Amino acid sequence: MGVEFIYPEFEVIRNDERCIGCRVCERQCANEVHRYDVERGRMMSDETTCVNCQRCVSLCPTRALKIVKSDCTLRENANWQNDTIKEVYKQANSGGVLLSSMGNPKPMPVYWDKILINASQVTNPSIDPLREPMETKVFLGKKPEKITRDENGRLITDLPPHLELSMPVMFSAMSYGSISYNAHASLARAATKLGVYYNTGEGGLHEDFFKYGENTIVQVASGRFGVNEEYLSAGAAIEIKMGQGAKPGIGGHLPGMKINDEISKTRMIPKGTDAISPAPHHDIYSIEDLRQLVFSLKEATNWEKPVIVKIAAVHNVAAIASGVARSGADIIAIDGFRGGTGAAPTRIRDNVGIPIELALASVDARLRDEGIRNDVSVVVGGSVRSAADVVKAIALGADACYIATSALLALGCHLCRSCNTGKCNWGIATQRADLVKRLNPDIGYQRLVNLVTAWDHEIKEMMGGMGINSIEALRGNRLMLRGVGLTQKELDILGIQHAGE
Amino acid sequence: MKYEGQVRIPSGCAIAAVISKDGNKMTGEAITDAMKPMHDRSNGLGGGFAAYGIYPEYKDFYALHMFFDSRDTRKGCEVFLKEYFEIVKSEIIPTRKIASITDEPIIWRYFVAPLKSVLASMQLDEKEYVARAVMKINSEMDGAYVFSSGKNMGAFKAVGFPEDVGVFYKLDEYEGYSWTAHGRYPTNTPGWWGGAHPFTLLDYSIVHNGEISSYDANRRFIEMFGYKCTLRTDTEVITYIMDYLIRRQGLTLPEIASVIAAPFWSTIERKTDLEDKEKHIYLRTLFPSLLITGPFSIVFGFNGGLMALNDRLKLRSMVVGEKDDKVFIASEEAAIRIMEPDAENIYAPRGGEPVIINVKEGAF
Amino acid sequence: MKKVYVNEDWCLACHLCEYYCAAANSGATDMIKAFKSGKNPIPRIQVEEGSEVNFAVQCRHCDGKACVKGCIAGALSITPEGVVVCDENKCVGCGTCILSCPFGCIVIDEDNHRIAKCDLCTKNHDGEPACVQGCPNNAIVFEER
Repeated sequence: MGVEFIYPEFEVIRNDERCIGCRVCERQCANEVHRYDVERGRMMSDETTCVNCQRCVSLCPTRALKIVKSDCTLRENANWQNDTIKEVYKQANSGGVLLSSMGNPKPMPVYWDKILINASQVTNPSIDPLREPMETKVFLGKKPEKITRDENGRLITDLPPHLELSMPVMFSAMSYGSISYNAHASLARAATKLGVYYNTGEGGLHEDFFKYGENTIVQVASGRFGVNEEYLSAGAAIEIKMGQGAKPGIGGHLPGMKINDEISKTRMIPKGTDAISPAPHHDIYSIEDLRQLVFSLKEATNWEKPVIVKIAAVHNVAAIASGVARSGADIIAIDGFRGGTGAAPTRIRDNVGIPIELALASVDARLRDEGIRNDVSVVVGGSVRSAADVVKAIALGADACYIATSALLALGCHLCRSCNTGKCNWGIATQRADLVKRLNPDIGYQRLVNLVTAWDHEIKEMMGGMGINSIEALRGNRLMLRGVGLTQKELDILGIQHAGE
Repeated sequence: MKYEGQVRIPSGCAIAAVISKDGNKMTGEAITDAMKPMHDRSNGLGGGFAAYGIYPEYKDFYALHMFFDSRDTRKGCEVFLKEYFEIVKSEIIPTRKIASITDEPIIWRYFVAPLKSVLASMQLDEKEYVARAVMKINSEMDGAYVFSSGKNMGAFKAVGFPEDVGVFYKLDEYEGYSWTAHGRYPTNTPGWWGGAHPFTLLDYSIVHNGEISSYDANRRFIEMFGYKCTLRTDTEVITYIMDYLIRRQGLTLPEIASVIAAPFWSTIERKTDLEDKEKHIYLRTLFPSLLITGPFSIVFGFNGGLMALNDRLKLRSMVVGEKDDKVFIASEEAAIRIMEPDAENIYAPRGGEPVIINVKEGAF
Repeated sequence: MKKVYVNEDWCLACHLCEYYCAAANSGATDMIKAFKSGKNPIPRIQVEEGSEVNFAVQCRHCDGKACVKGCIAGALSITPEGVVVCDENKCVGCGTCILSCPFGCIVIDEDNHRIAKCDLCTKNHDGEPACVQGCPNNAIVFEER
């Protein structure tokens, strides 16, 4: 109290007319905000620990609850805003680095929202996806430069390993550890049902999920947790994680309290020890080292798996991507600065990296300028929020999109941005058995399937409107995009014209 | 207002073609007349023809048909040409003065052969050398434009209705074994001679009716391989795609049809001929960016043959007919009936099903 | 016959089933009315909490050997579909069935001097029983097994 006191960010508003005292809010709040006062015979709240995850609101059977932003604010100041001041207080209290979760919440430009999509009128018919075939199947991987024929002139139809996606969306990397067993189970089952892929993240692959291997991308990150031959061979592709959009240039830290028996076994580290991923891979200090790792992994898996290299969108991302394309990688994944995370230093998350839209546009243009766009597929992530974002990403030049935050939202996440506390009330970003239980994969997987299926329908509608009946004809088709409210420089980087042009 | 090349201009159109499988020569009169009943499919902003077998006396030389905006441009361009080519003949392309065709540029043709020494030093094959020179003129030389560059063939095009363009260029005085024709209905253009069809590169010519929705995906892909889409028209990009797939990749015409008008995955999935299935999966996986979507009917001309092809949904009309050694292709049957009232076996090819006609070996 | 089953793996012990059950059987049109009108609606399902395992318990709709046979007033019977039901007009609240039910599924409704037991919401609900509809985690299901 006193100088250390920070007024709670949220207020719990309980409508006593509606509250029946069933205490479900109390039972469901891992932050212990709600309490039944026996003497007064009513529910009470202590908002100091409320993160506004909306679990109580969602489960209250009489809609007696709402969580609102507190109007107890400091004196208004355009320069020293409330959050800024409170962060100073927190650091003065703790002496620590501020930690945050999920994507950058700052009001930075979202270019997706400043790009508009075309449609056919008169000169070219739009196509109705309910009546005509509409194709969203995508193959990711290296395309050979030349065709080859046998002595009889027949095409030799061998291709380097490819990933086949029923539609251009995959679940991006979230480790077992950062998210729960049930979250992983939901993602794995949904990817299998949808004919796409989910990504193990850097935490290894739980033995129960090896059976979903055909729809799994296994990740190799700087901590090398859970990496062994069996693991590498279990997936359909291997992803080398060089960076993450939410925290480019730094590693990760899963606190020991989350390393329970199962995670310890999966990550191949002792129970209760902190799992620390170094900032760089200590065997990759330059591009030629990356090449060696790419080829080592290919060699280890009999050249049967495509290798993805995931990089964060940073200032010179185009040059880096060009280097990666020449390093033997089959697929480049680029993660934009609005991408999510289980935990990242706040300053890094909010200030490092660049928007995925600009990174994608410049990478695609650069790879084409160098004539090597065919050597790699490009997958983008870092806040792809809707089918419209997917369509825009494909038209800018992406082969497919990675989604993670959207997937977690489908699983129940309410974006309270408190994953780092480990007390996720929705059973996603937690390892507490009683909380993990709250995510039933039977429900979770179905919701993921619903989401992605809905997006597929929407993508097809938008493609049909443009008179395009196959996703390949949309890829890099920037003429289908126009900008609104963008400067000439932004338009030039995006490689699109302004609306009305 | 932006001109063609600065802005993309979609257009609807009429196409027609005739070829003799025996290599018998025909004048350009019939194909010119064939465009008359399809008058309403054009709007007077572009018409043109491609003719094969018309320069037998210069058949070993590349015939460069060119537009110039001024005498100075022509002189400047000739200096460039002489650095790369031996020019064996240069002349004005003869035209008739007719009221419906005006504002013509300087129209010239050169019969050329690559300079052997330069060719050797650049380590290119001859066709690539010619293609690069054409691309360089068209993208870098203001006011000069090569609209035809093949051997023993030529394109003739202008702003006007196609039936008038045929008269203007005196096509009745040329004899060829294969002719294609085009009438243009651009939705928005100030009308530029270079923008008319056919669009050509080397001996490949395209006449095209449609507006492809995959345009920019195709363009940005093909530009990786040194092609420069200066006109921003569908026809131009289709021509480059054909050149890339035939000359650079060595695909056959049926294979090319399986790339640009690829069968749907569901169709491929149902194929029982496993080798054919494999081939289609391979081609679609290898060349996804060359799939052309949106409506089109094209006639692709080359030395010794034609290929007609519709988009895979058949969103544009196109019919084929035959009579004796001749095969006719047109947007409308009426055009075929003008060329040959007794044409037989008239049918509409299915979407994505190529119609390939080759002239007998040795007959062209 | 479709019955209510509980999967303890997913039971969170949130007790919502009890409230949805009680409200559905209270005769009130909504939950607030059911609990705010001064009466105390009785749930026919009850969550047993353990340290790790939680489990909601309600009538199994078994063959009724214990409760139906033991009912002194002839209030309990089995419908042709197999649902064990109680005729509230006949029930005298003696509690014999509560003592004899091996599952402990039947509770006393003291205010009304009778028992309360699950009838699969056959009298008050369309489709799925209220506890099933109200369970946030699919821990209670209504299905044929």
